[in-house]
Amino acid sequence: MIEDKSVVKVGMADLNIAHLPGVIRTTGLGSCVGLTMYDPHLKLAGMAHVMLPSSEIAREGKLNTAKYADTALPELLEKMIKLGASHSRIVSKMAGGSQMFAFAGAGDTMRIGPRNADSCREWLQKLNIPLLAEDTGGNYGRTIEMDCETGLLTIRSVQMGVKEL
Amino acid sequence: MEMFNRFEVFQMDVLKEVGNIGAGNAATALSQLLNRPIDMGVPKVQMLPFEEVAEKVGGDERIVVTVFLRVEGEAPGNLFFMMTPEAAKMLLNRLAGFDLREGLAFTDMEQSALSEIGNILAGSYLSSLADFTKLSMYPTVPGLAIDMAGAILSYGLLQFGEMGDAALLIDTSFFEGEDQVEGQFFLIPDPPSFAKIFESLGVPLSHD
Repeated sequence: MIEDKSVVKVGMADLNIAHLPGVIRTTGLGSCVGLTMYDPHLKLAGMAHVMLPSSEIAREGKLNTAKYADTALPELLEKMIKLGASHSRIVSKMAGGSQMFAFAGAGDTMRIGPRNADSCREWLQKLNIPLLAEDTGGNYGRTIEMDCETGLLTIRSVQMGVKEL
Repeated sequence: MEMFNRFEVFQMDVLKEVGNIGAGNAATALSQLLNRPIDMGVPKVQMLPFEEVAEKVGGDERIVVTVFLRVEGEAPGNLFFMMTPEAAKMLLNRLAGFDLREGLAFTDMEQSALSEIGNILAGSYLSSLADFTKLSMYPTVPGLAIDMAGAILSYGLLQFGEMGDAALLIDTSFFEGEDQVEGQFFLIPDPPSFAKIFESLGVPLSHD
């Protein structure tokens, strides 16, 4: 178990970084995407809980960069690099982006999960970070946790049990 | 998000009344279905940071049975009807004579029955609200989920997400004493809907 390790929690529309010997986790991912960046040499793990695909629609005064895929990914990368991570070593995994409620003729809002995942993939490509594995889509919620020691991403869900990436 | 920080006390009271009327009618409908009295809590209206929203139902990972309806019309929003799995089973047993079984598994028939019950209750919530405000509001086809509260409720926060990191919830709970059939309604109006609701009820907006 993880009792002896410090747990860094990432809230909704939030991002953070965990050092060895810690784990970083975010709970209750529905349409949101939990995106991780990991430097295996430094054993540094970053995670963003992305809520919306693009900041273009933002109408808020002060932009919360962790909320949108197009701003959260560059910000997380920058933070990792500031802490000594090397851009060329950083790899990514992600989970979430589900469509909890399927409606006939559902509009864009209901498809927000797949759109979040698409946007994350697109930005990983733009930032030249390889996506090693993902567990996205479906119609169920997920809680994810990454161990800095191994870079393993553990995904728990009510319906599908536990999965490791 | 600034407009919400400027809600006055009497405006919050109006929103409480909105919850009161909606959930009151839903509780009456449930009471008629069950043929026994249903009690209702005092509605709570709160502006909550996203990470605290799921705390209202016991945490992000707490498993809940939820019927979700997207509300369309003049004052769009999201309506959630949430129960614990135990309460949902009790309700199914009381209403439709389903066997009481332990665990999280719900058969297709049970899920369909829950959807329908949620639909009836949410429908009475909305129609009383529409009568009260004289605004057209109609529900979409209900969606049912048995999953983590955080994952489910996040759907109600998307419209707020574009504006800030907090959402306004109108939260009303009801319960039936002996068997603890209890449930919670969350109405999360889209941000532009507040002005419409206030206007239709003759409540002046604070920035007039």
